[in-house]
Amino acid sequence: MPMNESWQTAEVPGPKKASLIVKPDIADAMIRRAKRPILIVGHGILEYDVEGSRLIDCLIGLARKAKIPVVVTASTNKEFLARNFPPAAIMPAVDIANRLTDPAWKGLDGNGSYDLAIFVGLPYAMESTILSGLKHFAPGVKTMTLDCVYQPNASWSFPNSTIKDWAASVKGIVSNLGD
Amino acid sequence: MRRNGVNLKIEELTTGGAHLKNLNITIGSINQDTWDEKQGPTPFPSLTTLRSWDKRLLERYKPFYMPFCDLCCLCTYGKCDLTGKKRGACGISMPAQQSRTVLISACIGAATHTSHSRELLTYLTEKFGRDHPISFADVGIEVEAPITRLVCGIKPANLGDLEAVLDYCENQITQLLAVAHTGQEGNNLDFESKIFHAGMIDHVGMEVADIAQISTLNFPRADPEAGLADLGLGTVDLEKPVILVIGHNVPPAASIIDYLRDNSLQSAVEVTGICCTALDVTRYSSKAKIIGPISWQLRYIRSGVPDVIVIDEQCVRTDTLEEAALIHTPLIATSEKNCLGLPDRTHDAVDEIVEGFVSGTVTGALILDPEKAGEVAVRTARAVAPKQKKVGTLPTKEQLTELAKKCTQCMLCRRACPNDLPLPQAIKAAAAGNLSALDELYDDCLGCGRCEPACAQKIPVHSLIVSTAGRKTREDTFCLRTGRGPIQDTEIRKVGGPIVLGEIPGVVAFVGCANYPKGSREVAEMCMEFAKRRYIVCTSGCSAMSAGMYRDEEGKTAYERYSGAFEAGGIVNVGSCVANSHIAGAAIKIASVFAKRPLRGNYEEIADYVYNRVGAVGVAWGAMSQKAVAIAAGFWRLGIPVVVGPHGTKYRRMLLGRADKDEDWYVHDARTGGKVYVGPVPEHLFFAAETKEEAMVMIAKLTMRPNDTSKGRANKLAHYIDLHKRLVGGIPSDVYLFVRTHTDIPLTMKDEIERHLAGKDWKEHPIPDPTLLPRLIHRKV
Repeated sequence: MPMNESWQTAEVPGPKKASLIVKPDIADAMIRRAKRPILIVGHGILEYDVEGSRLIDCLIGLARKAKIPVVVTASTNKEFLARNFPPAAIMPAVDIANRLTDPAWKGLDGNGSYDLAIFVGLPYAMESTILSGLKHFAPGVKTMTLDCVYQPNASWSFPNSTIKDWAASVKGIVSNLGD
Repeated sequence: MRRNGVNLKIEELTTGGAHLKNLNITIGSINQDTWDEKQGPTPFPSLTTLRSWDKRLLERYKPFYMPFCDLCCLCTYGKCDLTGKKRGACGISMPAQQSRTVLISACIGAATHTSHSRELLTYLTEKFGRDHPISFADVGIEVEAPITRLVCGIKPANLGDLEAVLDYCENQITQLLAVAHTGQEGNNLDFESKIFHAGMIDHVGMEVADIAQISTLNFPRADPEAGLADLGLGTVDLEKPVILVIGHNVPPAASIIDYLRDNSLQSAVEVTGICCTALDVTRYSSKAKIIGPISWQLRYIRSGVPDVIVIDEQCVRTDTLEEAALIHTPLIATSEKNCLGLPDRTHDAVDEIVEGFVSGTVTGALILDPEKAGEVAVRTARAVAPKQKKVGTLPTKEQLTELAKKCTQCMLCRRACPNDLPLPQAIKAAAAGNLSALDELYDDCLGCGRCEPACAQKIPVHSLIVSTAGRKTREDTFCLRTGRGPIQDTEIRKVGGPIVLGEIPGVVAFVGCANYPKGSREVAEMCMEFAKRRYIVCTSGCSAMSAGMYRDEEGKTAYERYSGAFEAGGIVNVGSCVANSHIAGAAIKIASVFAKRPLRGNYEEIADYVYNRVGAVGVAWGAMSQKAVAIAAGFWRLGIPVVVGPHGTKYRRMLLGRADKDEDWYVHDARTGGKVYVGPVPEHLFFAAETKEEAMVMIAKLTMRPNDTSKGRANKLAHYIDLHKRLVGGIPSDVYLFVRTHTDIPLTMKDEIERHLAGKDWKEHPIPDPTLLPRLIHRKV
C-alpha cells in the first residue's frame, strides 16, 4: 500500500501536500515546537485500540503530557467525561475549523488563536475537506493528523499504515513527551 | 406552443425595496385582474434585485471554504494552482473559485428541475390544454402557488400561465450560468448571492412542476390522509411480470399504469420504482410499489427481479443499460436528456419494438412518446416474464466464498468506498466461510458500486454484500404515506401561531438524496425522534423513502406511527423532489396566510419574516446531487438553515455564524427602531454534521428564532438541552446565549440553568419585534 497516496484513492491532492510523519519524533517535535497547540477529536477514535489500550486513553495521555486543550466533536464527549477528562470544548468540526481560519479569534481560553491543530478521528472525507479549508485559509495554523491513513491536505500526516505500526507510532509520540 | 404574450419592459424602476434596470419579461397571457393584491417591490427579480438581502445574510453567515481541489481546471489557461493566496491566470481567487463552483452546481440543479418542469408542463398542456385550471380551492387552499406568487408577483390560474413562469426561470438560469464564465464575476460574495438566486429560481421551477402534475394527474391534493404505499423489495410479487421505473419525470410511468388500467391488467403486472418517479407513480396509482431510494438501483437490478426497466431523467445510474443487459432485461429510455446511445424507436410500431425485445435481438430502445413507452413496457414485460428465471447476477453462497478467496487484501476496495467500509476484513471472513461481516455492511452500503472496478481481482464486491444480505432484502416490507403535495391554508392557520411563538418547537424537513454515512435507518430514527417531540416533520424525495424503511419496537413504520397532517407530531411526506417546493411554500404561507404579510412580489419582507420567526430547518442527510445544492440555496435565501451529513463538506463551503461574536447578532426592533442583541439564532445557515447525534442536537438548536416567546423559547431550549444531555453529554456550554430573560428558562431545568447562567456573566436582554430590514421599522428612534 503506497504510504503517501490519499487513503481515498480518488482524492488526488493538489500541488501542496502533507509531509509524512515517518517516525514519532517528528510529531513530537512539532508538538513541542508549537506555542498554542489544540487537539480536535472526532467520534472515529472510539473504534481503535493501540497496543492493548483504547486510543482515547492514549490521546488523553497525550493531551495531559503536552498540556494541549482538547475539542471533542459529535458524541465523543461522553467517553471523555467517563474518564474524568472534561474536554476544553465540545464543538462541531466545521465550527472549530472555521474559527481557526480567523486570526483575530481569541481561542477557547481568550488567550489567542492556535498555531498547531492536531486532528484525529473525523470521517476521512470530512477531515480531508476541513484540512483543505485550513490549508488555504489559515496560513498561521499548521495541521497534523494522528489517523492511521494519509491525509494530503494536512501539513503533517501519518502515512497509510497498518494498525500495528500506527499504534506503535502513536504510543511513541506519547512516551516521547515524557511525564 | 400557443403564447399570446404580454411583454413587460422596465427600463429603470426604483421602489422602497429594490432597484430594477433593463428588465424585460414576457408574461404569457396571464390575466391578473382577479388578484387584487398590490404588486410588491420585487416581481420577477433579476440577478441583483435581492442582492442587498443576500448580503445581510452573508454578513452573518460567512462562507467557510473547504476546497475540494487546489486547482481550477475550467479553461485552457489552466490548470491554475490557487493554493493560499495564489490567483489563477484569469485573476480568480480561491474563495471566488469555490463559490463559482457552487454556483455552477446550483445552476445545474435549477436547470434540471426547471427543465423537468418544462418537459412535464409541455406534455400536460398538450394533453389537458392550456386552460386547464390550477386550483386547490376545493381542499382549502387559496394560495395555490406561494413561491410563484412571491417571486414572480403573479397568480397562475391555469397551465398556460405557468409557461411564462418557466420562461422567467429559464432566462435567469441562463444568465446565472453566464456569470460562471471566465472573466465574469470575481467577488466571492457576489457569487454567493447568485447561488441564492439560483436556489430561489429552483424553487419556482419545482413548484410549477408539482402543481401542474397535481392539477392534472389526480395526485393527492394536500391530503393529510393520503394512502400508504408499499415500500421495499419484499412487497413485490415475484410471480408476476415486474416493471421497474427509475428517475423523476412521471409521464412514462403513468402511461404504464394507464395501459394496465385500460386493458384490465392492473393485477397482472407489478409496477415498481426507484427514486422520485417511484414516489410520483404511487401518487398516481395505489398499486404501484416503491423499492427504495437511488442507492437501491444496483442491488435491485442485480437481483434479476425486473423484467423490463424504464428510465426517464435524473439520478438514473448511467450504467443501467449495461447492468440491465447482464440480467437480460430490456431497457426503455424515455427522455431526450438521457438517451444512453440507444436507437430512437419513437416512431416505430409497437409490435415491432416488442418483438425485438422478446426475441432478444434488441436490448434497449429510446422511445420519446410516453404512451408508446408505456404500452411497450407492459407488453414486453408480460411476454418476457415467463421466460425469465429472475436469478440475476448475484453469486450463490458457494460462489461467493470462492470469489472471496481471490482477495489479496490490497485494500483498494475500501479506499474506493465513500464510507470507508471495512470491506477487506469482511471479504477475508467470507473466504473463511463467515458471512456475518459482509451481511453487516449491507445497511451502511451506499450502493454506489465503486468497490468493484477498484478490485484488481475482479471480485464483484457489491454483489457479495447484496447476495449475503439476500434474505434481509427479501424481507424489506415497509410502507410510506403517499406524497400529499401542498399544505392546506387551514393547517397553516392552525399551526402558524404556535410555530411563530415557538410553542411548536419547529418544522424539520428531511429531504434529498441517499448519500448517507450510515444507511437509511438514521433518517427514520431522526424523523421519529422529532415527531415524538412534537415537531412538525416533513419528508420528501429519497429521504421520504428512507423515513419509512425502519420499524419501531412495535413494528410500525414512521408513517404508520404518526399522522400525515401538518401538525405537531406529524410526519408529512410532501412527495418527490419537486414537492420540496411545498415545504418552502408552507414557510411562506405562515408569513402570508397566517401573519397576513403582503405576498405578491415581496420577497425580502417574507424572507425576513421566515428568517426571524419560523423555526424551520432543512436536513439533507445524504445530500449528493447538484439539485440538492439548488434546493438548499432556495432555503438559504428564505433564511432557513440546512443541515447536511458529513459528505456535505464536499459541497466546498459551509455558511457558518460565529456565536462568539456578539456584534453579529443584532436586529432592528420594528417597534422602536432600536438595535437589539438577539443571540445567535439561528446559528448557522449551512452546516455539516459529523454524526446523526451531532445533527439532532444542532437541528434542535437551529429552530430557535429571535421572535420566540418565552414559552416558546423555553420549549425549544428544553429539547436542545435534553438532546444534548442524552446524545453528547451534559448541559451545552452555550445555553446562556439563548436565554434572554429568566422566563425563557424551562421550568424542569431551572436550577441547573440558573447555575450555568451564574457562571457566564449573563444579563437579561429584551425580546424585540425582529427584522433585518430598516424599511420595516414602524417608528425610528
